[in-house]
Amino acid sequence: MIRDITIGQYYPSNSILHKLDPRVKLVGTILYIVFLFFIQNYYGYIFAAVFLGLIITLSKVPVKFILRGLKAVLFLLLFMVAFNLFFTPGNEAFSFGFIRVTWEGIESAILMGLRLIFLLLGSSIMTFTTTPNQLTDGLEKLMGPLKKIKVPVHEISMMMSIALRFIPILMEETDKIMKAQMARGADFESGGLIKRAKSLIPLLVPLFVSAFRRANDLAMAMEARCYRGGEGRTKMKPLKYAGKDMLAYLILIMYVAGIIAINKYL
Amino acid sequence: MSIIIDKLNYIYSTGTAYEKHALKNINLVINDGEFIGLIGHTGSGKSTLTQHLNGLMKGTSGDIYYNGENIYDKNYNMKSLRNKVGLVFQYPEHQLFETTVFKDICFGPRNQGLDELQIELRAYEAMKMVGLDNDLLDASPFELSGGQKRRVAIAGVLAMKPEVLILDEPTAGLDPKGRDEILDQIAYLHKESNITVILVSHSMEDVARYVDRLIVMNKGEIAFNDTPQKVFANYKELEAIGLAAPQVTYVMNELKIRGIPVKTTPITVEEAKEEILRVLKKGTGLEIRND
Repeated sequence: MIRDITIGQYYPSNSILHKLDPRVKLVGTILYIVFLFFIQNYYGYIFAAVFLGLIITLSKVPVKFILRGLKAVLFLLLFMVAFNLFFTPGNEAFSFGFIRVTWEGIESAILMGLRLIFLLLGSSIMTFTTTPNQLTDGLEKLMGPLKKIKVPVHEISMMMSIALRFIPILMEETDKIMKAQMARGADFESGGLIKRAKSLIPLLVPLFVSAFRRANDLAMAMEARCYRGGEGRTKMKPLKYAGKDMLAYLILIMYVAGIIAINKYL
Repeated sequence: MSIIIDKLNYIYSTGTAYEKHALKNINLVINDGEFIGLIGHTGSGKSTLTQHLNGLMKGTSGDIYYNGENIYDKNYNMKSLRNKVGLVFQYPEHQLFETTVFKDICFGPRNQGLDELQIELRAYEAMKMVGLDNDLLDASPFELSGGQKRRVAIAGVLAMKPEVLILDEPTAGLDPKGRDEILDQIAYLHKESNITVILVSHSMEDVARYVDRLIVMNKGEIAFNDTPQKVFANYKELEAIGLAAPQVTYVMNELKIRGIPVKTTPITVEEAKEEILRVLKKGTGLEIRND
């Protein structure tokens, strides 16, 4: 059940995408998402889809696995599509009763839906191909210049990597506690809203307790290893750009140029 | 009245990079009133197997029969199965959540839909069974020591009066005294109420002196399934799968190799002592020195 949520997970493989510098992937994802919002016509969407398709193929992550991640946000997606479909003013396409669907509504529902799907797929490709450690390393390095204006860059990225690291741990813990309480006859599935909310107490209390316990243990372990922030700290594997990273940047620039060109000339 | 496992397979995360064949074609019969030790190295599938026994996990293929009924039948009542097969998870103290010890123990019986009097009666009974003092009734479970917390958690399952009690590493992380107390209590419970007990562990030493039968798992398969004495006779094979026989088995085997005609079957220090004394008294031509 809980194991099925694949969003934000790492998928081990040895594709070219897995070997890229995390900074390239971070910059790439941000650029991809930003330029999704600049697309003005359908050709742009086709271009973005083809690009995404190529990236997915390169990543060697099974498509089934990637699409499973969408399931988690299916409700949000449907909600947004429905909202756009029914509440956009314009020329009426058809109506039943008080519900009015406009041509503009259909168009913006499709575009919004596509945009959200591309956005999710694009960012999940990044997390599928980058370990949390690499990701925060990349982030720390990218944000490096902000240190000059006293932004605690190292601390932020450390917090992020701890948070990411704890997602699977807490999920596993949830699964375990759920099973343990089910073994004691707890029922998480039946009953009305209030009964169901109440039935979560035997799950949430132990989960919180364990989160605090783990946080405490981790703080102790870090302190025992003389951790005291990022000052003077060196890396075992410092990030270094290689030829393939430059090539990836070049491809990204071409993608951005492509989007701009399509907007202008098509 | 028994559990029969028939060709059970379980595969984790099918079709992904994390795919793992956790149980491979398991066939097993567990009789009523038996005291069974389930042993295996970390990741051998022993915890996975126990979670199948009360239906928390469903096998990828194969069947499990409880008292003759297939638990994978469409209209099998899974909830009643969980009432009959009590499972105490590893580190069960992590599942405590109520404000008082007593309320926490009542959680299981309350879910069984008993009336209040019955619930409280069972909770008192369970507390007695695990040796918890009545003055802990109103204590917060989070204030107790590790060993006490574990007793509370075990009592929470016992209060449901299961016919089969499965304990997944009940002694993990306890000191030797706490470990012996818990194991002794479980053995006593088995003797008194005659329920089936399955004790999961990775330590031979722990279970050897309590159980009637040992099931050794290795990489999702059953490697041995016999009395402790017979299983420990294969101590060389056990070592190969990352386990070991109790230390006295090694001592007895070494004695035999050095020419003292002892039997190699003793599995506890007490039995070993008796055996050595027996042989020495008979006189082996060896000189007993008193220095």
